[in-house]
Amino acid sequence: MDVAKELLGGNMLAGGRAIRWLDDRDPRGAEVLASVFPHTGRAHIIGITGPPGAGKSTLANAMISQLRSRGRRVGVVAIDPSSPFSGGAILGDRVRMARHTLDADVFIRSIGTRGQAGGLSRSAHDACLILDAMGFDVILVETVGVGQDEIDIVALAHTTVIVGLPGLGDEVQAIKAGLMEVGDVFVINKADREGYEATRQQFELMLHLRAEGRQDSSLHWSPPVLRAVALNDEGIAEIIDATEAHAQFLRDNGEFERLSGQRERAQTLGLMGEALLQLALEKTDPDVLAAVEAREIDPYAAARLLLRSL
Amino acid sequence: MPQGTERPLRVLLAKLGMDTHTVGITVIAHALREAGMEVIFTGLKQTPAMVATAAIQEDVDVVGVSSLSAGHTRSLPTLARLLREAGAGDKLLLVGGVIPEEDQPLLQEAGVDKIFTMGADTRDIITYLNEWRAAQQAGHS
Ligand SMILES: Nc1nc2c(ncn2[C@@H]2O[C@H](COP(=O)(O)OP(=O)(O)OP(=O)(O)O)[C@@H](O)[C@H]2O)c(=O)[nH]1
Ligand SMILES: [Mg+2]
Repeated sequence: MDVAKELLGGNMLAGGRAIRWLDDRDPRGAEVLASVFPHTGRAHIIGITGPPGAGKSTLANAMISQLRSRGRRVGVVAIDPSSPFSGGAILGDRVRMARHTLDADVFIRSIGTRGQAGGLSRSAHDACLILDAMGFDVILVETVGVGQDEIDIVALAHTTVIVGLPGLGDEVQAIKAGLMEVGDVFVINKADREGYEATRQQFELMLHLRAEGRQDSSLHWSPPVLRAVALNDEGIAEIIDATEAHAQFLRDNGEFERLSGQRERAQTLGLMGEALLQLALEKTDPDVLAAVEAREIDPYAAARLLLRSL
Repeated sequence: MPQGTERPLRVLLAKLGMDTHTVGITVIAHALREAGMEVIFTGLKQTPAMVATAAIQEDVDVVGVSSLSAGHTRSLPTLARLLREAGAGDKLLLVGGVIPEEDQPLLQEAGVDKIFTMGADTRDIITYLNEWRAAQQAGHS
């Protein structure tokens, strides 16, 4: 099978295989990527992030339905944590999206973080490129359940949706610091539960403060705060209205391409860093490391020594 | 971690039909995770077509189906056929659960690679998977 050619024609087996190769850092993955890269850059990438259990997968499921009713083809990249000890993982997000399994215009892929911090996996970007090349119009990226500073999704997505939930002051606190600064669309999910109104007020207040801090910004997108009961598909049309309006806003300002370009640039630097480290580790004198372990030399001096010998 | 050294085995775990017991499959999922494998869940009440599609999108190495209700003599051959037809016949197809002895030859003929009957030790499953993978890798190099 010519994987690159087949996936450009929409073949699921080929698309799945390409993502596997890239995730595994199999050299065939880079070859496929080289052939399909010219066919990427079109898809609207939407990040879905928020605390564990906020309803990200359930919301993604509802968003897929809404996007499909508008004729969009939808790719999904759902990330769950890998065990730092065994490297294994249980990837369960797609269970909540099972109703779309047999829709030929939906492709769902689960990925483990495989040692990457920041809420994404090291191959999330690659998976998006493959789905983009396969012709999916919108790609939903569900991050792992995050705390405050796991916001790598912002560098990957054009539009970041922050999913919060009512009540539990702590969770709002957790969302406050990191996530409030980066969201483009805010969703208070599980609005069927107690405490929705209070949470909405808190969100609005924090967004007001955020806007005041950015008065000099020439671009004006004011993030909406939306109400949803993802489990019952409530409030979902408004969410897709907002993500589509945001995409339009980005396009009108030339930001859509700029963000995509920045993303490829960051990916390039990340890959360089990975390769350089690999190269350096291969050339590292084990005696110097042994000397650090024996406390004969301090880590700073050892690192300097090792770098000089490269 | 060094580049290219971590390529975890990917295993799809599925339940076909109306069987809604989840304890067994959850235990197996955790055991496989501890053994360094990536386990993908598809949920309950899956049809053979849903399992085959998920296996292809996820590009798993192994499809593990738990069967605790009758119907497997029809659904498992269908699943094996759908995988073959989609060009994914190389995936290892395992079945676990309550499989009467008299059904086993039929299933194996239809493309089921291995049957673990009720009460199989998770360690046996892991050993089997690791040996299968080692044989695969030896075959490819
Ligand atoms: N009451 C209520 N429950 C919901 C709603 N949306 C999701 N849930 C439930 O919340 C639980 C968690 O939902 P998920 O969609 O798995 O949440 P998640 O954010 O993807 O979780 P992780 O991926 O583990 O971080 C499930 O039991 C859902 O059924 C909602 O709108 N209302
Ligand atoms: Mg989830």
